[in-house]
Amino acid sequence: MTRRIALRPLARILDARQKGENPDVIERENLRLRHEQERDRLRNRAESRLLMLAVCFFAAFLTVGLKMSSLAASEPEEPRTATSGSSIISTRADIVDREGRVLATNLVTNALYVHPHELIDPERAAAGLAAIFPDLDADTLLRRFESGSRFMWIRGSISPEQQQDVHDLGEPGLLFGPREMRLYPNGALASHIMGGSRFGEQAVNAAEILGVAGVEAEFDDELRDAANGGEPLQLSIDLSVQAAVEEVLAGGMTLMSAVGAAAVLMDVHTGEVISLASLPDFDPNARPRPLLEGDHSDSPLFNRAVQGLYELGSTFKIFTAAQALEEGLVNPDTMIDTTGPLRMAGFTINDFHDYGPRNSVTDVIVHSSNIGTARIAQMIGSERQQHFLRQLGLFEPTGLEMVESNSGRPLLPQRWGDLSTMTVSYGHGISISPLHLAAAYSSLLNGGTYVQPTLLRRDAPQDGHRVVSEEVSAQARAMLRAVVTDGTASYAEVEGYEVGGKTGSADKPNPQGGYYDDRVMATFASVFPASDPRYVLVVTLDEPSIVMLGETRRTAGWTAVPVAAEIIRRAAPLLGLRPQDIEQGHGYQLSSASQ
Amino acid sequence: MRGFLTFIAALAVVALGYWAYHQNIQTQQAIREIDQLQRQIGMERERLGVLRAEWAYLNRPDRLRELVNLNFDRLGLMPMTPDQFAVVDEIPWGQETPIEPVEEIFLNSSLADELP
Repeated sequence: MTRRIALRPLARILDARQKGENPDVIERENLRLRHEQERDRLRNRAESRLLMLAVCFFAAFLTVGLKMSSLAASEPEEPRTATSGSSIISTRADIVDREGRVLATNLVTNALYVHPHELIDPERAAAGLAAIFPDLDADTLLRRFESGSRFMWIRGSISPEQQQDVHDLGEPGLLFGPREMRLYPNGALASHIMGGSRFGEQAVNAAEILGVAGVEAEFDDELRDAANGGEPLQLSIDLSVQAAVEEVLAGGMTLMSAVGAAAVLMDVHTGEVISLASLPDFDPNARPRPLLEGDHSDSPLFNRAVQGLYELGSTFKIFTAAQALEEGLVNPDTMIDTTGPLRMAGFTINDFHDYGPRNSVTDVIVHSSNIGTARIAQMIGSERQQHFLRQLGLFEPTGLEMVESNSGRPLLPQRWGDLSTMTVSYGHGISISPLHLAAAYSSLLNGGTYVQPTLLRRDAPQDGHRVVSEEVSAQARAMLRAVVTDGTASYAEVEGYEVGGKTGSADKPNPQGGYYDDRVMATFASVFPASDPRYVLVVTLDEPSIVMLGETRRTAGWTAVPVAAEIIRRAAPLLGLRPQDIEQGHGYQLSSASQ
Repeated sequence: MRGFLTFIAALAVVALGYWAYHQNIQTQQAIREIDQLQRQIGMERERLGVLRAEWAYLNRPDRLRELVNLNFDRLGLMPMTPDQFAVVDEIPWGQETPIEPVEEIFLNSSLADELP
């Protein structure tokens, strides 16, 4: 602080008075100086304050700017500190059956790749790799190592043993990248439903898994969605039932020397497909290549139950009968003219046997009379028949949650005239998949409401649009039950389960035109228990034949029916279905041990 | 007075600074711990996946069927059939053994004689 100068210093005032000058000038001068000093001081202070403020603002803006640039430049990071309830899981979700048993899961393995420029002894490395992987050739490997590339894949996924062997080669140029591998622990079981998977985009430390067929492809997005927290996809399939069905079906196929077989078991109320089998099958862990030439329906990849379109023969008769009942044209006891042969537009309709001149509607179904069914169809007419079959879902793909189901579009007559009406009434001239038939039987027999087959677990009945009344549904079940008790499907009787069903044996169409004489498609479509329907089972055998009672038998009653009965015998207890009205003493007497 | 206030303020700054650094270090420690746990959870999940896959593989119906066939003479397992359903009345609810009251056991036993 500068020394304060007095405004009127006594010495200078006295001096000025002596000289006769005005002393006030001195005072004014000093006052001016003092004011100037004061002004300078204040300015300095203000300036330094402004500077300070500027520095503060600069620092603040600098902080904001730095934070912004660091946010812009940094990698996004998982918010680790947050206490998260639902976690993000990047692995492909598991697929489980209706009881939660694993059908498909992931396993961590390694991929093997090479940095050829880091190889110490390429020759030894090539020889070593060829010894570990028998399908690799040492010379080819060596040529590739020396081609000048700096990176190459050897294997997509290798087993721990192979990894150890490669490790033991001691080459720094052989490197491993972690891989997730899709594993189907049950092997070929339910292979057509699972489909299969393959690697998509590959990087060194990860590869994406893509579904190629079946539910893996259908639900690819859901399974890969990281936000669903690893929640497994639950199917309606029951693993143990599926195993039993496939075992019995494979046995039946061998016994009947059939070339293929398919079975569909579904819940009539919920539409859940409990089991869906198609033979021959494959192992989805090592999915075979699709056929490049020839008939793709010969490939094991072909799903006969969903993609296979066949004329399913007499199993259609119940639709015709049910429609006639629904429209009030007949009742189960109405007599139908069954004198044959029935000629129509240069085409003759015959019966397997002659069943007499007149039969009731029930007997037409029980004896499977083509002529009788055709006569009923004549009463219905083409328009109404088409409308009814459309309502049963027989004109469209089934909509089952598999990519293959879209290719199962029924083949319909090009011109649906009177002749087509009659042939379709007993299942000829229209090709549908066994799954279509199962869904249509479910819709018809569950009380008369449409169900769409589904592979996803659901608990509530579907309650679709009404196809027939409950009364007609019950009458249809009674007719099907009569087929088993008095008709063509007598082998289907499984004690306690009241099986009802309809056989169908259709000659297979020859690709050169016409039909084969000795190749049939044998189908049995059944419902059990008939009085309180729970499940529908459709079994189809392709070209079955068995020598029984000294004759070669091909019709469904001798081939598909016994197989279906065995499936019901095995599957129904697994489904927890209690046999009805089994007489006391038939079961094991558990109490006898303590008596 | 003014000097004292400054001193107190300086002291407060030091204390707050210490506290802030302490919290910072503790947070970093916690984050490191979370990282470690997260990694561990990931590894455990992977292990669990492997075990689950192994369980499913060992329980595949094909293998169980083979094992049943191999051990048929010991276990005699057969596929489930409809006649294995029984009614509840057929189940023996254990042998009804009358339970003696405690005093009677006591009195009837030889110990009773030895009592004074």
